[in-house]
Amino acid sequence: MSEERRVRVLVAKPGLDGHDRGAKVIASAFRDAGFEVIYTGLHQTPEMIVSAAVQEDVDVVAMSVLSGAHMTLFPRVKELLGQAGADNVLVTGGGIIPKDDVKELEDMGIGRLFGPGTSTKESIAYVKEWFAIHAVSR
Amino acid sequence: MDESRLTSTSMNEVLERFKAGKPAALSRGISIVENQRDGFEAFLHAAMQTKLQGRRIGLTGPPGAGKSSLVALLTEFYISQGERVGVLAVDPTSPQTGGALLGDRIRMNDIAIDENVFIRSMATRGSLGGLAATTKEILDLMDCFGFDRLLAETVGVGQTEFEIARAVDTVVVVLVPESGDSIQAMKAGLMEIADIFIVNKADRPGSDKLVKEVRQAIHLRSGHNFKGFAGHHGPVIEVHDTAELNELDDELGWEPLVLKTNALTGEGIQELTQAIESHEEWIQGSGELQKRRKLRTEVRIREVMHRELVNRSIASRTVNKILTKRVEAVLSGHATPYSVAMELVDQFLEKDQ
Repeated sequence: MSEERRVRVLVAKPGLDGHDRGAKVIASAFRDAGFEVIYTGLHQTPEMIVSAAVQEDVDVVAMSVLSGAHMTLFPRVKELLGQAGADNVLVTGGGIIPKDDVKELEDMGIGRLFGPGTSTKESIAYVKEWFAIHAVSR
Repeated sequence: MDESRLTSTSMNEVLERFKAGKPAALSRGISIVENQRDGFEAFLHAAMQTKLQGRRIGLTGPPGAGKSSLVALLTEFYISQGERVGVLAVDPTSPQTGGALLGDRIRMNDIAIDENVFIRSMATRGSLGGLAATTKEILDLMDCFGFDRLLAETVGVGQTEFEIARAVDTVVVVLVPESGDSIQAMKAGLMEIADIFIVNKADRPGSDKLVKEVRQAIHLRSGHNFKGFAGHHGPVIEVHDTAELNELDDELGWEPLVLKTNALTGEGIQELTQAIESHEEWIQGSGELQKRRKLRTEVRIREVMHRELVNRSIASRTVNKILTKRVEAVLSGHATPYSVAMELVDQFLEKDQ
């Protein structure tokens, strides 16, 4: 009866930087990959992102951070998701993030982080692969 | 219905937390229904052991008319009145890829983290009519969760997306001054379902003209025959003696209101909430609400029957066995698809009930 479940992704642009081209490219690419993408626009606080992620019951939160605040924003969203009982949600993203920071964030349980020049194919493949293994039934 | 048909313990867990009023459980419940996960009908049955009483407002209109912005402003108003508000916003699924970009929340940031507001976006997933296949069932689920007010936003409609009229109590059709030319084409369907017309972005040129055109179309339809409108090229005549008009209104029931708003500045929102309130008073007082709810329930039962019959007949072994055999008969000219289909339906109804 039920058809194949769609991947639901929240594409979020946290904090004060206003460069949303990357987020929009990713949102469109995810849509074209057959995902249901919820895009919430600019200047989202971690609280807004988590509230949206819970209400929309997403599998993945993908954040674009170009402001340099990644060491604050990614862990904070992860923490709030945990508090909301949504720790099975993948937190991933991209932006200008130094290699050392990427390593540190991934050690904290954040998913893969993609830098400039990444092909959208790569991030789509990553989400699909994660979904096939980890997605819970809903 | 046997509640043991809930297929997994996790669905039971969701149900329990749903009944305890946990928003995350509502959220998961919506997914269960939206995905039509096995056992979702038993889930709905178990969740719906309460009277549905949320007031339902639907917003529809062409893409970019400002539906989401108006939903946000209405929500702001209702929460200021101490109400709890559930928002369900539908956007289209791409028929090519099956993907969807759900962007209605962009306009709803001001209400996004209010604890009295719950916003959910959904994709049409191939359904026509402006709503998704399970939108109405999800509205019921949200209603049971205890929202005072439910706001449903359709995909940007063209000329055939009128399912919303069967889902809510009050239909608000949102237009913009630029809709002027298309109003001719949209008239037939929209005129019939609208309880309130909004001309949004009213600061733009042409808004007064559109208001006039819409009113004229309403009057044509209700038999008011251009009352208040002069002929070709003529000036607008203000009608001061409205007694005659009011008398007609009583006979005809509700005449759609036409209002101007500007979602950017909030102008006209108060008038919109008043218009919604007077429509609510009218549908309650006139018995129309009972009528609409009755029809809604009847349609729901039929839709569930339809889905269940289709699913069961597709899964039926008897049907599939005979079908495979009879295909040959059709190919060789000894039967037609019609005779085979009739035979199968008869067989199915006899054996598989």
